[in-house]
Order: sequence, then structure tokens, then C-alpha cells
Amino acid sequence: MTLLAVERMKLFSTRSPWWCTAIALAITIGFGALMSGTSNAASPMNVAATQFGYTFGLVVVMVMAALAITTEYRFSTIRATFLAVPNRPTALLAKTAVVAILAGIVGELCAFGSWGISKLIKSSADLGIDTAYEWRAVAGVGLVYAIAAVIAVGVGVLVRHSAGAIALLLIYTNLVEGLVTLIPTIGPKIHRWLPFNMSNAFITGDADITTRPINEGPPPAEAGLGPWPALLYFAAFAVVVLVIAITTAKRRDA
Amino acid sequence: MRATIGRMIEASGLTKRYGRTVAVDNLSFTVGEGRVTGFLGPNGAGKSTTMRMILGLDRPTSGDVLLDGKHYRNLHQPLRTVGALLDAKWVHPNRSARAHLRWLAASNKLPTSRVDEVLDLVGLTSVAKKNAGGFSLGMSQRLGIAAALLGDPQVLLFDEPVNGLDPEGILWIRRFMHQLAENGRTVFVSSHLLSEMAQTAQDLVVIGRGKLIYQGTVEDFIAHATETTVLVRSPQLDALAELLRIGGGTVAPDTGTPPGLRVSGMDSAEIGELAAANGIVLHELNPQVGSLEQAFMQLTGDAVEYHTHEEASSA
Amino acid sequence: MTTLLATERIKLFTTRSPWWSALLALGLTIGMAVMVALNHGGNNPLRVEHSQFGIQFGLMIITVMAALAITTEYRFATIRTTFQAVPNRSGVLLAKCVVVAVLAGVLGEIAAFGSWAVARMIDSSPELAISTGDDLRMVAGAGLVFALAAVLSVAVGVLVRQSAGALSILLIWPLLVENLVALIPNVGRDIQDWMPFINAGRFLNPVPEAPQSPWGSLLYFAGVTAALLIAALVVANKRDA
Repeated sequence: MTLLAVERMKLFSTRSPWWCTAIALAITIGFGALMSGTSNAASPMNVAATQFGYTFGLVVVMVMAALAITTEYRFSTIRATFLAVPNRPTALLAKTAVVAILAGIVGELCAFGSWGISKLIKSSADLGIDTAYEWRAVAGVGLVYAIAAVIAVGVGVLVRHSAGAIALLLIYTNLVEGLVTLIPTIGPKIHRWLPFNMSNAFITGDADITTRPINEGPPPAEAGLGPWPALLYFAAFAVVVLVIAITTAKRRDA
Repeated sequence: MRATIGRMIEASGLTKRYGRTVAVDNLSFTVGEGRVTGFLGPNGAGKSTTMRMILGLDRPTSGDVLLDGKHYRNLHQPLRTVGALLDAKWVHPNRSARAHLRWLAASNKLPTSRVDEVLDLVGLTSVAKKNAGGFSLGMSQRLGIAAALLGDPQVLLFDEPVNGLDPEGILWIRRFMHQLAENGRTVFVSSHLLSEMAQTAQDLVVIGRGKLIYQGTVEDFIAHATETTVLVRSPQLDALAELLRIGGGTVAPDTGTPPGLRVSGMDSAEIGELAAANGIVLHELNPQVGSLEQAFMQLTGDAVEYHTHEEASSA
Repeated sequence: MTTLLATERIKLFTTRSPWWSALLALGLTIGMAVMVALNHGGNNPLRVEHSQFGIQFGLMIITVMAALAITTEYRFATIRTTFQAVPNRSGVLLAKCVVVAVLAGVLGEIAAFGSWAVARMIDSSPELAISTGDDLRMVAGAGLVFALAAVLSVAVGVLVRQSAGALSILLIWPLLVENLVALIPNVGRDIQDWMPFINAGRFLNPVPEAPQSPWGSLLYFAGVTAALLIAALVVANKRDA
């Protein structure tokens, strides 16, 4: 518990988490406002459509999570941390927990903020969160952000450089997974099992097409698993990355 | 004071503000040609900011600083005129020492042979191909000096060159400065240690809280800063204090046991004669030689007040 | 200017990151072409554009390389050493842009023609021949896009000064913002027509509904780059190093 408090203090006494939180909120909620403001009878607003901006928040939260650990390496505060808490796995787990919790909260704020502003702007639209699909589309964002933050911390521990970790995370999530589908025959098959496609399947999978045309929300993911197993798969991937990272951190010189 | 000596660096009304903080406050001074001038002030006094303004890196909020009559920005191939070491860590850690000097040389059209010369001069030839990131502070400092000497400049600026060095490194830098001075170069070197400056410099520019406190020779500064006081103890303290005040001395109580007086403005002979003439018994008459460091701390620690006092007394 | 170019050339090639970036950019781009060519089914023939699927990998990595070329100067304060040696800041930064752009351009050409060549070696489809002007622009144009993107990245790097910030902007903008913009109802498509990287992409892969010609798209991308570069030079001259 003390460790969690320590990591919380470390995180919030620098500016980057505040910046990242502000940017994530501004962009996702701004996008929600933009979507609902420009919607009309031809392309009506619905719950899923309020969450178009969630991938924005996702990348910003991952940058924040990666920076939380890479800046420790950059300024050598990781050494001070390991001096204070020689049990490195515990120290890193505490950091991961704090970052993941913050990411989760940011995710919920982004999601419900985007939904709320849409409801304000388009009060006539059917924006009730009723079905399981709609609940996942909104409340699920926090879960995805939290798990993605764990992956980002793990990558940060492994790479140790801000530039490298950010480049890797952003290029992988926004380019590699998408480009894989362009490989003929095997590409789409591989893509079904890639982690961030899985997390997207949790948010957008099993679309409830009875209430609206499918193209009025984020495009549903083509994943190998249903929504909840997909989230589990994504979480398992995060755990694997984190275990590798912690094992590496234990072995190497701080 | 030194009208006969050419002015190599000339700052006039130099001011730098960061938001509400005034880092350098209306600073004017000159650095004489062919002399080693110490730039003295406690940490945070504005020395580095001043140096960066001299080199055109930071833009003064107001005021001006000229090098041999020119702005740094207008110097053609400036490394041939001014060499500077502001921070030894201003190197790319993954670039070799030689590569670092090579690009610097290329930027001012200096021959690559000069790179090997300066590497040899500072004793880094054997590690020239090693990445600068792995250098100890002493080695980094040597690399920085090599970079400063690259263009064989007449003017050299060093910011706290002995900071954090081991005794061997300090000795090496000190010798180096003397050597540069003997070659007739203008050296402007900053430090927060007066003792260091007393060993290296001929002239001093002293600042505190961004303002000029003193400009002149080292000897004058020491004489000036270590104005002696005399400690006197007597069973007739009050009467003595009254007499000394009338006689032109400044008297302050000394909190020792038994209590005494600290007298300035009169030497021990004058005090003794005055006491004898008035039949006052003295138990102690002790001239105090203030330490240089103490005097310096006193000066710079309360820079603003001292400055006002100076102006008042010189007016 | 030749002195400044020589200086920046030495600076760029005496650290490891450009070498790594070059290897990675070429490896990923050409590797993608190999994957595509190897897995291509028989139903429709492999065309030139298929060999160029990986070009965006290369582009993003070159973007990272170019941004780091300037942000590391700020991080390690060698920008101060540089401005001390050469007080003409615009000259220094322009020279850096030229050197980075030339490297990026050369890598772009190698990546594009390399991808095309390996695809051709693996698959003998006649459609893979560079026969039309469109084909040639698609392959040979990569160098131009890479070079301009490199200049744009240096400009953003000068403005932001931090690696993390610059990379976040330079990766999130083209990969996410420009694509998501299209999803805005009614106006999204029109806005997207004026997004810089979308235009760079349309120079290589024209779309019929685009308001500009392929060369017009490239010119627009160059215009955005120039505007950012001018902003960067003004800012760098104004602020303390």
C-alpha cells in the first residue's frame, strides 16, 4: 500500500500525466461533440458513434504510461526507486497498478464524457445505454485503457528510452496491425489474433444491429474471439509483456 | 581604471528576465584584453546566464554585450575568435570525442588536423574514438576545453571549469589557465569559489543576485573585502564605546564572554592610544583578519544592500 | 552553405540512430513486399501498387529518424554548442533539413524500388512492370514524399524540442487524426481532402474523387511543410537556445 502511495505521488508530481489526461479528455470529448453536432437524419447519432474518438484517448494514455517509466530511466530516478525498494518486481508492479488505475479512470471519463456531451447536443437521439453491446462500447473503454497502459509500462521497462518506446507503441498499434491485413491470404487471418484488434473487438464486437445500421458506429472488429474472451486475450497479452519486462528489469543493472 | 588595456568583452546594462524572476539585472562590466578575469558570484547569481548572453545563445531582455566591439552573432567563424566551455555535458553521448570535434571544426572551416592537435593538447588522444557519453567528468571537461581551443581563439570563456573535478583535475585546469594567460589570451572564467579565483585570476567581476558588486583587480578586492575589525574587551565597555564613536570608529557589540566590542574604521594602535589617553583599561585588543571566503559570502549573500551602501559611499 | 552541410552531415552520420532507422525502414518496407508477394493468391495478378504496401512503414520510421535528428540536439544541448559555433541559426537548421531530407529521399527510393524489385523476383506477373506514368510516380515518388516528410518532422522537432512530444504528434497525426477525421458526418471527407499526409499518400496512390491532381497533392504537402519550416525558423531565431 505504501508503494502504491509512493508511485501515486511520483506520478502526480510531474506534469506529463496531467497534460496527457487533459489532451485525452479534450480530444475524445471534442470528437464526441463533433460527431453529434454534425449528425443529422441521414446519419443519426447512436451510443456507439459517441465513442469514435476512443482510439485517440487510447494512444495518448499509452504515451502517458510509457513516459511514466521511461522518464524514470532518463532521469535515473529508477535507481533511487530501486534503492528505496530493492524488491524490483514489487516496485514495478506498484507503478503499473497506479498507471493502470489512472488510465482506467481517464478511460471512463473520456467515454462517459463523450456520451454525455452527445446527449446534451442531440437530446432527441436514442442515446440510452441499454444493451450489453452499448455498455461495453462506453464503460468498456476504461478497461481497455487500463490494460493498454500495462502494455505500455511493460514496453517502457523493456525499451527504457521515451522515443523508442513511443515510436514502437504508436507504430505498432496504428500501423502494423492494420497493414498486416494487406498481406494476401494469411494477413486477415493473422490480424484476427492481434492484441489491439482484440481490444477493439471488446468495444465494437457483437454489434447490436437491431437498433441501427452497422456503419453508424466504429467499424466492428474482425477478431477471432467474442467480446469478453477477446478482452481476456488482450489482458493475457498485457500480462505476458509485463512478466517479460519485470524479469528483464530484475536481471539487468539499474 | 584600465583605460590603457583593450576591452575584449564589454557588457552594458545587460538584463535578463524569466517571467517575474530577474536573473541578470542591469549588469555592466568590461574584461580586459590579455588578462585572466574571474567572474565571481554564488550559485544562482546569474553567471551562466550572462555567459550564454555573451555567446548569443540567450537574448538579453535589455542591454548589450560586445566582443571586441562586435555582437557574437556577427562574428565570422566565431570559434576562431572566442572559445567557450559552458557545460562539459553539451555533447551527444553516442558520438565519439573525435567526431564531436570534427563537426565543430567543419563548422568553422578548421582543418581536421587541428582536431588531433587539440585532442593531444588535452591528453585525450587515446580515447578519441570512444563515445563521449562514457567519459568521466574530468574527461568531459578536457573534451570541452579541446572544443574551446579548436579555433585557437584569443578569447576564452569557461563556466565553473573546476566544478566537481578531483584534485588532479583541478590542478590540471589551473595550470592550463595560467598557460593560456602566459600566451597573452583573454580568459573570462566563472566560479563560486573565491579561493579558486584568487589563484587563477588577475581581475575580478563579482556579481550577486544578478547585479554587479565589484569590478577591479583581485588585490583590491581582497583588501576591500577583508576590511579589518578590532576586537576589544574592557571592564569599562560603555565609556569606551562612546569614546570610539566620537573618535570616528564604527562600533558593534561582540556577543562573546566576557562581552566586547567590534570596532571598524580604526586600527588597534589608534584604539589603544585613545584608551590610554582616557585612562580606560583594556583586557584585550585583538585585530581580526577576516577570511576571504567569509568576506565574500558576506558581500554576495546580501548583494543588494551592499550595492546600495557602495553607491552611497562613493557618491 | 557547403560548410554547414558538411557539418550537419558529420553530425548525422556520427551517431547510430540514422543507421538503425535506415536498416529498419528498408527491412520493414521490403519485408512487407516479400510477405505480400509470397502470399499472393492466383485470382488476380500482383500489381505495382501491391509491392508498395509497406511504404508507410518506411515513411513513419524516417519521420521518427528526422525528428530525433533535431530533438536529440535539444535533449543533449548540442544545439547550444552548434549555435555557438554557427550563430546563423536559420542556416544551421536549413542545412540540417537538407541533409536529413537527402538521406530520407535516398532511403525512400531504395525502399520503393527495393520493394518493387523483390516482388518482381518472387512473382513474374506482367502487371508488375512499371509501364505507366502512374506506376513510375508511385515508385519513384516515394523519395520525394520521404524527403518532404523529413523536413516537416525536423520543423515539428524544432517547435516541440522534446522527442516524446514530437514523436507523439508526428505519429498520431498521420496515423490516427487524418483517418478519423473522415468519420465526421457530412464534412469529414471534405476536411480530409486537405490533410497533409493524406495528400502525400494521394500523390503516390491517386484517388479519383480527390480535388487535386497527384502533383497538386504533393505541392500541397510541400506547402504545409514549408509553412511549418518557416514557423520553426522564426521561433528558433527568437527564443533562447
